[in-house]
Amino acid sequence: MSASLPVVQAERSHAERAALFLKDDARVHWHDQAVWFVRAKRDRAAGAVPEWERLRETAAAIKAHTQARLADYLEEFERNATAAGARVHWARDAAEHNAIVHGLLAERGVTRLVKSKSMLTEECHLNPYLEARGIEVTDTDLGERIVQLAKEPPSHIVLPAIHKKKEEIGELFHEKLGTPEGLSDPTRLTEAARAHLRARFLAAQAGLTGVNFAIAETGGFVVCTNEGNADMGTSLPPIHIACMGVEKVVPRLEDLAVFLRLLARSATGQPITSYTTHFLGPIRGGELHVVVVDNGRSAILRQPEYRRSLTCIRCAACMNTCPVFRRSGGYSYSYTIPGPIGVVLGTARDAAAHASLPFASSLCGSCDDVCPVKIPLHEQILTRRRDLARAGLQPTGKRLGMKVVGIVLRYRAVYLLAGAVARFLGRHLPRPVVYSRWNVWGRQRELPPMPRETFRALYRKEKEREHG
Amino acid sequence: MASGAREEILRRLRDAAPPAVPLPDARGVAARFADPVAQFEAAVAAVGGTAVRVADGPALRAEVDALAVRLGARRIVSLVPAAGPGNVAIDALADPHELEGIDLAVLPGLFGVAENGAVWVNGAGLHHRGVFVVTQHLALVVGVSQLANDMHEACARVAALPRGYGVFISGPSKTADIEQALVIGAHGARSCTVFVVSS
Repeated sequence: MSASLPVVQAERSHAERAALFLKDDARVHWHDQAVWFVRAKRDRAAGAVPEWERLRETAAAIKAHTQARLADYLEEFERNATAAGARVHWARDAAEHNAIVHGLLAERGVTRLVKSKSMLTEECHLNPYLEARGIEVTDTDLGERIVQLAKEPPSHIVLPAIHKKKEEIGELFHEKLGTPEGLSDPTRLTEAARAHLRARFLAAQAGLTGVNFAIAETGGFVVCTNEGNADMGTSLPPIHIACMGVEKVVPRLEDLAVFLRLLARSATGQPITSYTTHFLGPIRGGELHVVVVDNGRSAILRQPEYRRSLTCIRCAACMNTCPVFRRSGGYSYSYTIPGPIGVVLGTARDAAAHASLPFASSLCGSCDDVCPVKIPLHEQILTRRRDLARAGLQPTGKRLGMKVVGIVLRYRAVYLLAGAVARFLGRHLPRPVVYSRWNVWGRQRELPPMPRETFRALYRKEKEREHG
Repeated sequence: MASGAREEILRRLRDAAPPAVPLPDARGVAARFADPVAQFEAAVAAVGGTAVRVADGPALRAEVDALAVRLGARRIVSLVPAAGPGNVAIDALADPHELEGIDLAVLPGLFGVAENGAVWVNGAGLHHRGVFVVTQHLALVVGVSQLANDMHEACARVAALPRGYGVFISGPSKTADIEQALVIGAHGARSCTVFVVSS
């Protein structure tokens, strides 16, 4: 079995990358089931909260209000965070972000950094930047450590190693951590990782975390984990660097309550994560730095059709429910974040680079139904398809195909003729011709048998029978 | 670079801002439970912890002693006077790295949350904030009269406290990163016992 999946290659289309994943049919079904299991847990947790829909509406309204006053709330956050002893830094883009983090570490002679999960630092490619400058970076979330040891990016934003089987992780740990050969029991593998990472925590000179929510009225911020890795990484070393996108701020603690009720239930079906830590001020005798990053977010905020995608709280419910994600895997998406929200955010950032992503959707709308902040994901994906077409960024085949379909649907006579031709050819053309390489739809499916009569003819006959 | 970046980002966000809409009342979507104590205990169990109801201080001390024996805990920190003194004085540890090797930490919870089994632990009294996660096992003590229904009540209580570091702890450290198999004891405490004291 080919254990290692190919690293994301932006130049390939989603369909081409999905085809690589689909080569292993058993793995596709296993992945589908594993991800669906999380979706089912989410449903049970959401269903147990009678006020769930009102919570979602409230969350969306808080985010809408906050978006209109992001600059004010960030200033308020900065003021309060600074008063509590933190230092706030501002980065226009990924390069500035990486330079600020590296500068802080280099000035203090840090060579060993422990990190907890941060999609922002993935987006900025911070790890390779620091490693190239002599800093040893250890990802400490178990799933992230697994993919780091395997030299792969995360394939899911909450479950980074969801694409890996326990036997593969056992093999990896045997090679990298010296666990016994053939060990694949999750409890024993986790125990080995615990010992390995505890040594890293104890030896670290600085800890870096993401930010789930920053609270303007207190100047504090919240980090949610189940493993406690953010807490280990910020309570042993004296330096804590927290990196956040500009969209992470909420106005008040009472707003935080709404999001904390939604986040873990939507992500994993838990009522709350094991640890929900409110950081305010540095550890005794230490330092706390918060890096506030734009990196294209203000440009998305400027676009009315897409700005609501910035309200995402990174629960991953949209990818867990997505029929395309479940069957094509996280590596089929060219953007750091996969699934429906990744389609929207990736194309909002660079439509040309991710032009195939909006077509990695059945537009079923399931993502909209589970999104805890009610982002209209499938509508945004559809809007993006329109924008790509207008910008001439569709593949040639699709563009010509849509042109033909447009003509057929516009003229009644052409439509009737096309139907008659298709029915005739469908019945009489030899199979190899119907299932030629141009019939993309027919690669994994059988076409339905072509009817002899049209619906129009059947309808007319039925009417005549009734009246006659 | 930094100050220029700050001004530019704030200006970009102001230029891009959509029209203002009002901030909703976030407390209008409360959860209410007929028996918050029973709900809290069920929630603690559901998140992998153990809730133990105790009548008073002496009963708490006996339960903590029994827990320490059951866990084979030798090095014990206690910041709850009624639970006994423990045998490691955390305020005498100069460096947080000395927390490594603690078997059991008994910490005061300010209040519990019925909807999710979380307990709020204030950072101010901990001496070393990492004690709750570095310890191998964790015991939290919360008064039965100190239970909030839901996170709305809980965050309102946090807002009323002096501002500072603090954490909601809901059960032991856990992970499901290997094939969705739930494993208790990822990095932090391998067990979380919550003592609910009646008086």
